[in-house]
Amino acid sequence: MSAPGFTHLNSSVSYGQNPTPNGCQNGPGQTYQSMHPPAGCYGAPPQQQNYPTIPALPTSVPNKAPATNSAHGANYYWSNQQQHHHHHQQQHHLSQHHVAPSPYNASLSSDAPSQPYATVPSSAPPPSNAHYNQQPLQQHPPYAPSGRYYGPQAYHAPPAPPPPEQQQQQPSLVPAPAVGPGAPIHPIVSYPSAPGSSQFGTLSSFQNAAAHGVMPTQMGAPLHQYSNPRPASTAAVGQPGPTVNGQGSTGHKHYDQSHQASLSYDPYGGVLHGGGGADRPPSGTPSNSVHSSPGHHQGMQYGYVANSGASSASAATSGPAAAPSPSSSEEDEEEEDDDEDEEAGGDTSSSSTGSASPVPNNYDNLEGGSYPDSMPPSDHMTNQAAPYGSYGYPGMPPAYHQGPASLANASPSHEPYGQSGYQPYSQPFPSMSQLSTALGGLSGVPELEVEALRPVNLLQEKNLLPPRALEAPEPNLSPELRKVNCSPQSFRCTLTSIPQTQALLNKARLPLGLLLHPFRDLQQLPVITSNTIVRCRSCRTYINPFVTFLDQRRWKCNLCYRVNDVPDEFMYNPVTRSYGEPHKRPEVQNATVEFIASSDYMLRPPQPAAYLFVLDVSHNAVEAGYLKYFSELLIDNLDKLPGDTRTRVGFLTFDNTIHFYNLQEGLSQPQMLVVSDIDDIFIPSHDSLMVNLKESRELVKDLLTSLPGMFSHSKETHSALGPALQAAFKLMSPTGGRVTVFQTQLPTLGAGSLQSREDPNQRSSTKGVQHLGPATDFYKKLALDCSGQQIGVDLFLLSSQYSDLASLSCISKYSAGSVFYYPSFHHTHNPAQLEKFQRDVERYLTRKIGFEAVMRIRCTKGLSIHTFHGNFFVRSTDLLSLANVNPDSAFAVQMSIEDSLADSSLACFQAALLYTSSKGKRRIRVHTLCLPVVSQLSDVYAGADVQAITCLLADMAIDRSLTSSLSDARDALTNAAVYLLSAYKSNVSNLQQSGLVLPASMRLFPVYILALLKQKALRTGTSTRLDERVFAMCEFKTQPLQQLMRMVHPDLYRLDDMSDQGALLLNHTLVPQPHLLHLSAERVRRDGAFLMDCGNVFYLWIGKSCSDVFIRDVLGCSSYASIPENMRHIPELETVLSERVRAFLDWLQDKRSFCSSVHVLKDEASAKAPFFQRLVEDRSEAASSYPDFLEHLQQQMP
Amino acid sequence: MAFTFAAFCYMLALLLTAALIFFAIWHIIAFDELKTDYKNPIDQCNTLNPTVEKVKKIKRIKIAIKLVLPEYLIHFFFCVMFFCAAEWLTLCLNLPLLAYHVWRYMSRPVMSCPGLYDPTTIMNADILAFCQKEGWCKLAFYLLSFFYYLYGMIYVLVSS
Repeated sequence: MSAPGFTHLNSSVSYGQNPTPNGCQNGPGQTYQSMHPPAGCYGAPPQQQNYPTIPALPTSVPNKAPATNSAHGANYYWSNQQQHHHHHQQQHHLSQHHVAPSPYNASLSSDAPSQPYATVPSSAPPPSNAHYNQQPLQQHPPYAPSGRYYGPQAYHAPPAPPPPEQQQQQPSLVPAPAVGPGAPIHPIVSYPSAPGSSQFGTLSSFQNAAAHGVMPTQMGAPLHQYSNPRPASTAAVGQPGPTVNGQGSTGHKHYDQSHQASLSYDPYGGVLHGGGGADRPPSGTPSNSVHSSPGHHQGMQYGYVANSGASSASAATSGPAAAPSPSSSEEDEEEEDDDEDEEAGGDTSSSSTGSASPVPNNYDNLEGGSYPDSMPPSDHMTNQAAPYGSYGYPGMPPAYHQGPASLANASPSHEPYGQSGYQPYSQPFPSMSQLSTALGGLSGVPELEVEALRPVNLLQEKNLLPPRALEAPEPNLSPELRKVNCSPQSFRCTLTSIPQTQALLNKARLPLGLLLHPFRDLQQLPVITSNTIVRCRSCRTYINPFVTFLDQRRWKCNLCYRVNDVPDEFMYNPVTRSYGEPHKRPEVQNATVEFIASSDYMLRPPQPAAYLFVLDVSHNAVEAGYLKYFSELLIDNLDKLPGDTRTRVGFLTFDNTIHFYNLQEGLSQPQMLVVSDIDDIFIPSHDSLMVNLKESRELVKDLLTSLPGMFSHSKETHSALGPALQAAFKLMSPTGGRVTVFQTQLPTLGAGSLQSREDPNQRSSTKGVQHLGPATDFYKKLALDCSGQQIGVDLFLLSSQYSDLASLSCISKYSAGSVFYYPSFHHTHNPAQLEKFQRDVERYLTRKIGFEAVMRIRCTKGLSIHTFHGNFFVRSTDLLSLANVNPDSAFAVQMSIEDSLADSSLACFQAALLYTSSKGKRRIRVHTLCLPVVSQLSDVYAGADVQAITCLLADMAIDRSLTSSLSDARDALTNAAVYLLSAYKSNVSNLQQSGLVLPASMRLFPVYILALLKQKALRTGTSTRLDERVFAMCEFKTQPLQQLMRMVHPDLYRLDDMSDQGALLLNHTLVPQPHLLHLSAERVRRDGAFLMDCGNVFYLWIGKSCSDVFIRDVLGCSSYASIPENMRHIPELETVLSERVRAFLDWLQDKRSFCSSVHVLKDEASAKAPFFQRLVEDRSEAASSYPDFLEHLQQQMP
Repeated sequence: MAFTFAAFCYMLALLLTAALIFFAIWHIIAFDELKTDYKNPIDQCNTLNPTVEKVKKIKRIKIAIKLVLPEYLIHFFFCVMFFCAAEWLTLCLNLPLLAYHVWRYMSRPVMSCPGLYDPTTIMNADILAFCQKEGWCKLAFYLLSFFYYLYGMIYVLVSS
């Protein structure tokens, strides 16, 4: 480790030179001093003392003259035996401060870390854990006790995951399996439910290993229980050993089949059978039962369940099963994984996958397991055939054929490629035709459309808001397609009916684009492990529910229409464990799936999770006081950082110098290495700065504990952010990973230093706003370099002064990071920001992360991508390079129609995100969205998604304000509304009435546009700090749609008169559903209490004459007057009202990833401003009210 | 028939325009490659933007000449030559392009090194289309002016 550092330091000319420069500039003495302070901090021991020791150094390292630094080092050396490093450093003038022994002493318990791990398995978001735990428990019982197979074994972890998912489905599923092994079971009933079902675990669990901690213990139980179900199949289990294993390991939803599936197929079958054959006899039913159990899991997790079952079995029963498992290498992994899983809570997705990976086994298992149960090995083939027939599959074939036919009939014009072949089977569907003719008579749909098209005269209708929060419009598709379509939360299109031609699109005056939230935390997600990932040969589209199966062996791509062969492996369905039903594969049943990718999808071995924290420790930062809170949070969440045993962490602090921390395992205390030559940054030691978290956990803790104190007396006001980032880049280059930067002021030293560009007097100018763009391209270039090395940079800016976020944010913008901004952050003066900071950091540290990611967006031939919005680097026309991907950032894509889509009735979009999970597994998450193509303008309007359109327009406006000017952007927004109004008037509505008429689907458009114009990002005339404006712009680009819409147009509810009418019943709690109110002061009454949901904060505004009952029951205060000024939470009172309010708040909160705080505002001039500012329909000092705005629009209309 | 300075200018311009035509073709091909996915925009911009000589460490002086795109320089160069040769008509024909070049360079994105193209925005469909169109227009312009210079050269040679 030191070697490189050594050579570098010693040999490097720069080094030697550096000293001189330093000497010139700082003078050795200075460097010393600077150094000392830290040293002091570290080590309790007085610095001076160290000095004396210095002499010693020379002795140790004769060469190293630079006594200056060494002085510090001396202590270190002595104490730690790592003189080498120190010396080197010293020479370099790096001040190595070995922390004073005393403080750090505790350190170095290598063992300790490991245990902690075990106990607290890793990172699982707390919430998820809870779920997990509960679920397993609940579910298991049904399955009962069969611990035998599994029991003893540690499958716990793996199994655990499945349970969670199963929860809901289980009930339904289970019975089914039990009943009839036959067709009914697979029927995929489970599937539908699965997707729908919302259980935490599945998705997130994978990678996050969400509930690790909990898991272990519980896991055990669940497993056992699981096993029970199998008991029936026990015999089978024995044989299926593999299958069993599969369950355990795979529990995670992997459709393992694949791996060696093809190969293993026969052999396995044979083997397995052989092994299990004896047991299986009972198979017929048993098999089903077995499956069913898996199925349950699967319900949530899908196929893999089955596999998992298999795999686990193998593991457990491994005896027999294992043997067969050709998986060989993979198995080994499995074992390891299992271990990990146990610790981790099992779901560690990747690990599970790993186990799954043995898949070959799984595959076998799947087949073998299933088959075996039902049939003897030898019978394999024959049996298979039989199953179909017997199972009700029988019907399938005919249906199959019919399916297509019916389709053809339905949509005469085009062959519906969109409908997956399978659908026909299940139900020949009648309504395909409608796809082509949008308005067509899909049952039910017409009404929706009619409603969407109802002309609304904006000047007359005052109540435009729906009673509940607006939902994404349903595309006008057949029910089958709609059922499998991608969730609007992940994938949303501004026009749910795609216009046939660009001309039609232009006529509609609406933007066409996609809003993507590809990596969001999903409740459940089918994960598929397969040897071959089936993709179109020409356009590389992943197989999806909207492809057409021409016959059993061929499918037609829905994007490029090429006809492809169905590979053999794909003929086997791991979920139903049947052969010859490619259309029932999970890939074809789910619009959102995740594949475990093979090495074909890697450019290099998957990187470990690597986190580098770059902390500002200048005087300003110490003043703000964030360091203490950050350190505490990080210590608390150290085990929840997503990752595995390879996870690496590192720390770097900076003021006017850069401080590195040697955390090498074996040290008794962390060592600080100071590099003061910021013009030519070098890394003092190459492999001890980024250390394995597991091995150096105690050192990391030591460092974090002492960090806040170390700099508490710092007087250094300069900030060398640029050099620190360069150092971070160099440090991370070999692995890639995530760099988290905390910055509290304008960078003033070294590369990337900036000057204040804001003129406070111009804050409320109505003219153009200057300096929205970066002042230098330093950060952008660095970000591109980072992106190239797979380093994502996240920026936390906690600043009370102008810090030129416009320039700084570039570092995150182009490296796919995220930006957090806390204006006026101060740990005591601004508790609200502190609270927000703490919550955000906690979520930030524990949220899932994907490394080395790329996302490609493909769309039906004829459509093309115009522009991307979000944080990323565009690598080619349809490929985004994302060094890191996180579940909270979203993307938008503007599309254009290049060729007419007239020859197809459906348009499809597929977003494929290839990433490395924190567990070191390469995964591909694929979302596919299918939408109808229409030729009528009215249909286009009927399918318009006003929220998506607003968000896309906001993104476009931000781009415009950067490239042109803010006023241009504002005009463009207003014009968008004007053009829409006039386009609708002239083309669609045949009403003669004057006034502003819009289709009901777009009736909120002017309100939203007005709200956009009043946002911080785009407003003029109201005093807005430049940084806040720029931050608001960043948010627009990266926030997911729901969150963004709440920020733009908050939801307002009246709380004091809530009733249980229309309430939702969720988890035994009644969630009241108050009506949405218009954002206008006239809706706000003195005698009420109103809740405004602004996305990241809730404002609860209490009117002056609000009933005392409400105040007492909900806030716990005796009267209005006694409500404290800064109330930030709703007490948990045992009153009906309080429960209602809290249930409602929790329900709102449940849907977002960053939790929002509640601010209770009183009806007083000083406090109510934030509330009333957001009443966007009212006139404000610089912006018009909604009626005025409408009038303005009317005047603008031609 | 005499070999005047004007004739020399035309000959020079002829040669340089031939070079510019190659530049334009290169430009078009480069953007086409970009659009069709063969190249990474970072590489692209590195090849299109002249690389800054890393003189920085030796001398902290940035050499202004290094900052100018060769194409703009060449074009500017023979514009000056025509000015010296008092070929007003030819100069007038070239002025719009000269003005365009100046405007284009002034309105380039914030960059610390010379160059016009920003790898982060270049994939934007509008910008890509604009650059391609620009390439074609320039190619056409240079081709026409190539023949014009040929004609001009002969005319000058013959008439003098």
